[in-house]
Order: sequence, then C-alpha cells, then structure tokens
Amino acid sequence: MADTSFMPTLAIAVPRRSAFARGFAHFRYVMTSNPVTFFAFVLFALMTLIALFGPALVPHDPLATLADKALKPPGAGHWFGTDHLGRDVFSRVIVATRLDLLISVSAVAISFVCGATLGAFAGYWGGWFDRLSGRLLDTIMAFPLFVLAMGIVAAAGNTIQNIVIATAIINLPFYARVARAEVSIRRNAGYVQAARLSGNSEIRILLLKILPNTLPPMMVQLSLNMGWAILNAAGLSFIGLGVRPPTAEWGIMVAEGANYIVSGEWWLALFPGAALMLAVFIFNLLGDGLRDLVDPQRRT
Amino acid sequence: MGQLSIILARCLQAIPTVFGIVVVTFLLTRALPGDPAAYFAGASATPESITEIRAKLGLDQGLPRQFATYLKDLSRGDLGQSISTGQPVAAELLKRLPASLELTLTALFLSVMTAIPLGVLAAVHQDSWIDQLCRFVVTAGVSLPTFFTGLLLIYVLYFLLGLAPAPLGRLDLLHVPPPHVTGFLVFDGLLAREWATAWSAFKQLMLPAITLALFTLAPLARMTRAAMLQALASEYLRTARAAGLSRGRVLMVYAFRNAMLPIITTLGMVFSFSLGANVLVEKVFAWPGIGSYAIEALVVSDYAAVQGFVLSMAILFVLLNLAVDTLYTLVDPRVRIDG
Amino acid sequence: MSLFLHRPPLLAVKDLCVEFATRRGPVTAARSVTLQIAKGETLGIVGESGSGKSVTSYAVMRILDRAGRIVSGAMEFGGIKLHDANETVMSDLRGREISMIFQNPRAALNPIRPVGKQIEDVLIRHARATHDQAREKAIAALERVRIRDAARRYHAYPFELSGGMCQRVVIAIALACRPQLLIADEPTTGLDVTTQKAVMELVRDLTHSEGMSTLLITHDLGLAGEYCDRIVVMEQGRVVEQQDTRALFTAPAHPYTRRLIRSTPHAAQTIRDLLPEDQRPPQPPAVAEPAATSGPLLEVRALVKVFESPGGLLHRLRTRGKSTGHAFRAVDGIGFSIARGESVGLVGESGCGKSTTSAMIMRLLDATSGSIRFKGHELTAVPAGGFARSPLRRALQMVFQDPHESLNPRATAAQSIADPLLRLDGMTGAGDIRARVEQLAAEVGLPCELLDRLPHQLSGGQKARVGIARAIATRPELLILDEPTAALDVSVQAVVLNLLADLKAKSGMSYLFVSHDLEVVRLLCDRVIVMRAGRIVEEGPTERILSAPGADYTKELLAAIPRPAHLPHHVGRAKVAWA
Repeated sequence: MADTSFMPTLAIAVPRRSAFARGFAHFRYVMTSNPVTFFAFVLFALMTLIALFGPALVPHDPLATLADKALKPPGAGHWFGTDHLGRDVFSRVIVATRLDLLISVSAVAISFVCGATLGAFAGYWGGWFDRLSGRLLDTIMAFPLFVLAMGIVAAAGNTIQNIVIATAIINLPFYARVARAEVSIRRNAGYVQAARLSGNSEIRILLLKILPNTLPPMMVQLSLNMGWAILNAAGLSFIGLGVRPPTAEWGIMVAEGANYIVSGEWWLALFPGAALMLAVFIFNLLGDGLRDLVDPQRRT
Repeated sequence: MGQLSIILARCLQAIPTVFGIVVVTFLLTRALPGDPAAYFAGASATPESITEIRAKLGLDQGLPRQFATYLKDLSRGDLGQSISTGQPVAAELLKRLPASLELTLTALFLSVMTAIPLGVLAAVHQDSWIDQLCRFVVTAGVSLPTFFTGLLLIYVLYFLLGLAPAPLGRLDLLHVPPPHVTGFLVFDGLLAREWATAWSAFKQLMLPAITLALFTLAPLARMTRAAMLQALASEYLRTARAAGLSRGRVLMVYAFRNAMLPIITTLGMVFSFSLGANVLVEKVFAWPGIGSYAIEALVVSDYAAVQGFVLSMAILFVLLNLAVDTLYTLVDPRVRIDG
Repeated sequence: MSLFLHRPPLLAVKDLCVEFATRRGPVTAARSVTLQIAKGETLGIVGESGSGKSVTSYAVMRILDRAGRIVSGAMEFGGIKLHDANETVMSDLRGREISMIFQNPRAALNPIRPVGKQIEDVLIRHARATHDQAREKAIAALERVRIRDAARRYHAYPFELSGGMCQRVVIAIALACRPQLLIADEPTTGLDVTTQKAVMELVRDLTHSEGMSTLLITHDLGLAGEYCDRIVVMEQGRVVEQQDTRALFTAPAHPYTRRLIRSTPHAAQTIRDLLPEDQRPPQPPAVAEPAATSGPLLEVRALVKVFESPGGLLHRLRTRGKSTGHAFRAVDGIGFSIARGESVGLVGESGCGKSTTSAMIMRLLDATSGSIRFKGHELTAVPAGGFARSPLRRALQMVFQDPHESLNPRATAAQSIADPLLRLDGMTGAGDIRARVEQLAAEVGLPCELLDRLPHQLSGGQKARVGIARAIATRPELLILDEPTAALDVSVQAVVLNLLADLKAKSGMSYLFVSHDLEVVRLLCDRVIVMRAGRIVEEGPTERILSAPGADYTKELLAAIPRPAHLPHHVGRAKVAWA
C-alpha cells in the first residue's frame, strides 16, 4: 500500500512521568497485548522460581540411590518414577533446572556482552577492525556449530566451565552480527548526524544514542538464542561432555534413560526431555512475543 | 561475468575460510593448556616415554614449525593415528562417512520437501488451518531436542507399535551389506538388485532421518513462510496482479522464485544445524557414522580422532555452502552481474 | 463545462467507502467518493498524504491489500459492475482494459526476471500474443515507450536500468494490451525532475494517440494542472471539489483547494503568499545588515571528494591487477562563497554531489582535497571525527532532510533540543536548560506541551520544528538546510519555509539551502548554485538564473517544472528559451 499514512498519528498528551513508571506501563502493555507472551512470561517466572528454590522443595534427595526401588514407574510415591539406581526422577528433574539454566544463562550472557561489544565497534568504525572481526566470526561460522563446541570441550577439558565457554563461543557470531548490522544502519542516521553536530563525541554517540536503540532487536535475539543455547548445552552433556554422573542434569538424564527406552521404561528419558523441551519452548515463545512487539511486520 | 566464473570465484573465496578452519583445528589441540604429549602417552606413561612421544610428534619444536608439519601431513591426507583403534584417522573417517552422508542427505531431502510446501501454503493461506499447523510445527520443531525426538519416536514406533525396526545401526542382522558402490546402503542394495537388503536398509534409515528432518524442518518452514509473505506483499507482485496475470503464475513465477533467495540462504544455517544434530542422532540410533566415531573417541580422549572429525565436518560444511552459493548464483541475476 | 461530461462515462464511481482493519479497529480511508471519467479524458486526483487518493484507485482495480475492504458504493466500468465482479472477471479486466503504473518503478518490477519476459507474461495472459510472437511483440512494446536498443534491453534485469527506464518498462507492461483506462499512481515520485517530465510526456502521448482515459493520482497540484482535463481534490478520504482544471485554478470553490493552490510554490510572489491570508504573521523586523567588511563567511575552493569502491582481492584478480577499484568523484573541484546573512540555494538532481558538499562543509565528512574556509579558519585542517570539540562547531549547524529520521526515537523533543545546549554551550542546571528549550520552542512555534513527547507522537511539521529548534539552539552563523521540506506535505512545507525565512530575518544567519526544487529556492534564496555530476554548472543571483539561465542544463531543469497553464508564473515558460 502506498497510502498507509492515513492512519491517525497518535497524539495523546503524555504527562511527564518517571522513567520507572513509563517502563512499567510499557511492560504492562507488552504483557496484555498478547496473551501468549503473557503465558510465556508466567511460565518463565515459574521456571526461575524452581531454579532458585527447587533444591529446597523436592521430596527426595536427588542423589540418594535405593537399589530395591529401581525402575519403578510413576506413581504416588515417585511422581515421575525412579531410575535404574532407584533415584527419584521428579526430584532430579526439578533440581537440574538450576544447573541447566545456569549453564545457558551464563553462556548467553558472556556471548551477548562480548558479541554486542565486538559487533557494535565493528559496525560503528568499520575499517580494519571490522574486517578482522568479520574474519574471526566467519571462521567460527565455517564450522557446524555444535561440532565446534564438541571440539572445544574435547580440547579444553571436560568440565562444566568449558561447556559454558564453548556454548558462548558458538553463540557469539549471532549477537555480533545483529549488533553490527543494527549499529551500522544507524551509524549515519539523521539523528546520529545531528548528535555529531550537537558536539557529542563518537564514543558518546555510540554508547548513548545508538546502542539504546539497538537493544530491542538484541533482546529478541537474546531470547530466541537462549533456547538454542540450552539445547546445545544439553546436547553436549547427552554425548557425555561436561556434566558427569551422578549430577542431575536434563541432557545426561535423557542419555541415561535412553538405554531403557527400548525395553519400555519411558519415564527415565521422557520427564527430563520434556522439561528441557518446555524450557526451550518458553524462551522461544518469549522471543516470538518480543519480536512481534519490536516489529509487527515480521510476525511469523 | 559468466556464471561459471562466478562459481569459480566463490570457490576461490572459500580458500581463506578453509585456511581459517585448519588454523582453528590446529590451535584447538596445540595451543591449549595441558601437555598433548602426556595426553597421547596415556595414564601409565613415564617421563621418558612422554619426552619420546613429544619428539616423535614434533611438539618440542616451535608452534609455526609444528603448524608447517601439520599442513604437510594434511596435504598428504594424513590426520594422524587413533590411539584407541591404532588405525589412521583419515581411513576410518572415510569408511564411516557414507553412513553419515546417507543419513544427513536423506533428512535434508525430507525436510526440504516438507518444509517448503508447508511454508508456501501457510503464507498463501494466511491465518487458515494450514498456517496454524505451520506455526505449530515451527514452534514445536525448534523446541524439541533432537535426541529426545529420536527417543520418543523409538518408544512409540518401535516399542509400542512395532512399526519400526530396532534402532541398532544401518542394517538388521539378517542381511549382509551389498557390494560397495556409493556407500549408501539403500542405493547399493538397489544397484545389486538385492531388494530385501535395500528395503531393510531403508527401514533402518527412516526413523533417524525423520528425527533429523524434524529438527531442520522448523527453520526452513519459518523462513519459507516469511520470505513468501514478504514476496506476496511486494510492489512487483502488485504490478503482476494489476496486469491481470493468473494466480498460479503470480504465485510461482513472481512470488516463489523471489522467495527462494532467502530460503537458499537459510539452507546454509540448516546444514550447520543438521551436521551438529547428526552426531546426536547417530548416538541415539547407534548409527555407525562419523558422529558416533567421534563420540567413542571423546569418551577415551582420543584426540587425533576428534580433531580429524571436527576438521572433516567443517570441510563438509564448506562444500555444502559452496553448493548453496552455486544455487543462489543460478537463481539471482544480481549476483551474476555484480560478482 | 468540460466537453467530456457530455460523453457517457467510461468509469463511474459512486459513494465508494473503503475501510482498513488496524490494531485500533477499522479506519475509514475513503468516504463516499464519487467520480467519473469519460472516454479519452485525463482526470487528476490530487490530495496530500492520507487523503485516500491511492486507496480509491486500488479499490477500482480491486487490489486492496488484505486489511482493506470496500464497505459500500458502486463502481461501473464500461457496463461491468466492478464492485461485485468476481476475481476471474477482474483478473481478465486488469491489464487488458484497466492498467496501472506505480511510484517507485524499480520496486514495481520483478527483480529476478528479464523485463522483456515480464511484458511477455502480460501479452500471453491476455491472448495478445502466442508464445512464438511474444518476444517480437514485447520488443515492439519496449520500442513504443521509446527505449533505445529494445532488442538488447529485452534481456535486461530491473537493477541494470535507471529509474526512468524502469518506469518506461512499467508503462510498457501497462499499455501492452492497449487498455481503455490507465491509472497512474504518483508515477513521477522519486524520479529526477528532468526524468519526470519525460515520463509524463510519454504517458500523455501514448494515451492520447490511443484515445485512452487516464486517472492521474498525485500530490503535486502543478503536475495535475499541466496534464489533466479535470481535477478531483481529496482531503481525508473525501472528495472536496471536482472541477475543470481551468475553473479549479481560476475559481476554486472549496477552502481546502484554495489553501492547496496557495501553498504550491508556483504561483507565489513571495514566501508569505504560500500561507492563507488570515494566517500570515507580520514581517519580522530585519536586523541591521552586518557590515560587509569582514569578507565572506564561508569560502569553498577546489573542493574534491572521491569515493573509492573497496575493490577486494577478487576484484584485483578479475581485473588482473590493472585496476584498484572504481574511484567515483562525487564532488569534482567546486568553489563558491557565502556572505554573512546571505541565503544561497544549491540545486541539482540526485547524485549531483550536493549532499556530499553539504556534509563536507558541515564536517561530517572529510574532503579528499580542497579548502573550506569559515570565518577565516581552515576547516579541513581539523578532521571530521574531531570537529565536535572545535569552537566552530557551534557556528555551523544543519537541518536534516527527513524530520522523523533525524530525531532520536528514544529522546523527547525537549531532550533533542537540549542536546547541543549541554554538549556545546556547556549549560548545566535543569531549570536553566528547560527555560532555554522553551524559549527555542517558542521561536519555532512549537507549543510547550509537546516538548515531552517522543518523535512518534509528533506530526511531520512538529518534528520539522524540533529539528530546526535544535539546529538554532547554539545560534549558528551558517545553517545548512538539506531539503528540509522534501518529506512534508505542501501545506506544511509552506509553514516551515515561512518559519525559516523569519528566523533568518531575525537572527541574520546565513543559509545554504540544498534542494532539487527550483520553485522553493526561488522563494527563499538570494543566490543559486546549480550542480551536475560533481561540478558547478552555473551560479548567480536567483532572479537572473531563473529568468535568463546561461547553461543548457539549467534551462532543462527549469523546463521540466510542471506548469499548469492556468496559473500565473514567476518562472515563465516563455522565458526559458530552448536552444
């Protein structure tokens, strides 16, 4: 449509409010405009609570083995059944939430900070720094990312810390690219030129005028990538990297349960797998909701 | 500029990428903390044997020198020896590669054949039931861990319904592998006219291929739908409609061909995902490809094998991306002329 | 009365209402629109953005997008009731009986299909050619729209053609089946003035020779006045007036039409003429002319800007090392000066280097060579990156082309205006700053209650005022105005131009007014510089350049301005002697 500007421009008088009040109003608008996003946010809050307080609330010790109770199907005593060592699957799934979230949140936080900084500088100044960082990111992207993460963990040592680092490295290009693209389209925008004329230094322009405007798309990327980061970290522990038994972690629990699937003991793998899926699903829903808000044109 | 020279130029552009890959795989093993020689020598090594191994591996030399040796070995196709099997890594990877390729390519074929029609239909009938289905598949697809999907499918289709064979490799025990031609058992079986073998191989292949396809379906369907919607809203489509062109022509020649471009670009990302997920699927289905080889090697810290695996996967990915670029060049005239 | 009204109408639209579904409920885009087009007639629909003029034409073609809906009304074309025709009937009519051409021609063509094939598609669809003849006929269609070397252009892709060429191809597609009605939706928007003229003349010649009717949709009253027999004026979805072109210009009945005619710069003697009589502010008292002893304020000499394309390794391989990338001379050795208190127009078509020149003077871009002296200081001595700290920064300011894009979406109007005060004047104290911002807002006529709004809560004209207030906050001596009204509707443009003229009169600033629009330059500038391909073609007092241009290019530019025959002209056609 060429003639869409007939839409009446919003001209409501905006009373002067504190930044906090405005932020809260926006949050409320975000939550009420799309019930799915609201639902995802509630689940997210619940998941965070479980991660924080789960270990204190579970009915059984997640590590306690009871040989006589091995491989019991779900029932009143053990809601999710017990595993081959007689450990309570429910307790293990709940307790694992903290570790799984911790791994992915710290990995994503590292790659967000490093990637956004790298991308923002590359996008703003261009030149050799841009070429160098572009080369670096291209090299990371030239590997199938999960395979690269395997290689990094294999070489650096089989620890949880290295799982975090490997996941952070393979996520880095996504943030760096979004940041670079978002900064470089704004580098010569009218308001940035105007800020130059108003006497702002270049670094001030980048930090105070450009970066705040690139945050919404970055947040969307963050939320969408979070699910992917969880999947990758769980995948690594599924093949036996990082987390070691008997630690409760979803990926390794699915791996342990995999051997019992063919003989019909489904609950060992199903519940941790479903928990993993739910976590990823929540982040994807949140990301989709945020994206719709940032850019209603790109609803998918 | 002709199409051929563009494709040639793309191949040239891949050279620095391959070089970067080689450098990274080299650094992964040499420049990281810990003593590779002690690693190679194993737990029961004496200081003398470690020194010996260090000299043998050239680890007592400077890093650039080591890199030169590494390059020289690579150019001869030498990826080192596996410490667990004692076999050359390159030979073992080559032996297992067809199994992985058969799985990956079948899965890609399945997911492209499902995702693109699904995405196109969802975009054309926006907000209809098929659009809702597409939305569901996309959201579920990106949330499902591959290894978990695989286990679910095994439980339902093998344990409960008995439709699928046991998830134990490429061929059940009743059949002997057909003569090696392509390395793809289904093809080889057909070529050798051993129908039962081909059918058995096909049945074994289906479940892991579907598992992998489900994972790559989501990004492809999502991109197809988005690209198609964008093309449908474009100004050139309005021109085509205003000129009274038939619906079929508007959709296929005007909208779909333009929507192909972002879809092809997404294929590169999908390859990356599917090569990674391949490893997990191979473990779940005991598929004797290079992924399960790598996992076995990881367990025993067999590190030449892991390095060889990472390198060969990366090279495979580069080749697949080259194929994507070539396809793009054929579809988009702008690339052909600008270079 | 028009002689066309006696013929039976080819297209009759009666009481057409169109609604769009939006997030905030339905919005009515066309309210009870009634109009008729006779055979062979050219009808113009004129209106500002949001007037519903394009929506009306899309409704006629029945190609409204998913959100749009025809609520009521009747449309009849040659006996066919368009409003309840089914899609099969409509699809047969489109392209064969009613065709359409669009603004932004390059985007209107399929980017990955050769243009010849796109013409063939239409010919084959409407059975005007078999597959064997299609190619020949498509080439003939390209020749008809005066594309040279049509057989070769047949294979071209849209990205290989200029904007004007693309528009010719779009016209070729539209006219391939010789329809009875051509709808032209802003066909010249985004094209350079000289190309605009060529395109409009092509449309006129082809439709006249075939006896076609044309519906020309435009925001430019001048364009409609020159090419249309009759004009419909629309405002906010309603038809406010429909008249013979002559009658409309000589005796406009509706106040909106009068305002529209008035704000179109063609007829204005002075800048005040653009405003309605009851809204003209008194002339501000002019400040004393600054003493002319101090020499020019700005002096540009032999200024050059070369853009190197990055020619990578691959490029060097391809050219076997012979070339090091293309060097594009955007500005090619220009020189001029601006006196204190003077207003100079810098005019040229897109790509002529005028924006690059202004960016270099503004110190947003480093020059390749040459000198820019401002108040006796050599500006090129300080690199653009470090100019923020120069004391001269305060004296050199700019108003940007797009008022929306030039405001930080996260900053309120007050914050935007305060930015230079904080950074350049070093003002502190929230109260002082607020007072100063309010004073500036008053100077540019921005109500104080709007100061705490974000850009998306302001109208185009209000955003333009914020941009101007920010630019004059540090009391600059030279203000560059980069097409400050190009994105605004004419009535808003009139107000903003007057504001700029008043500010200059009050403060004695110098203006460098960058524009493609000679009519606007005529009203605002003392002197004009005409640029083409990085060089200055001609320079002199506005009066002389516009009445007796020396260079052929200037004459061409002047001749390309659409001129309704019924308006008095200040840049008369008679004066533009064609060589």
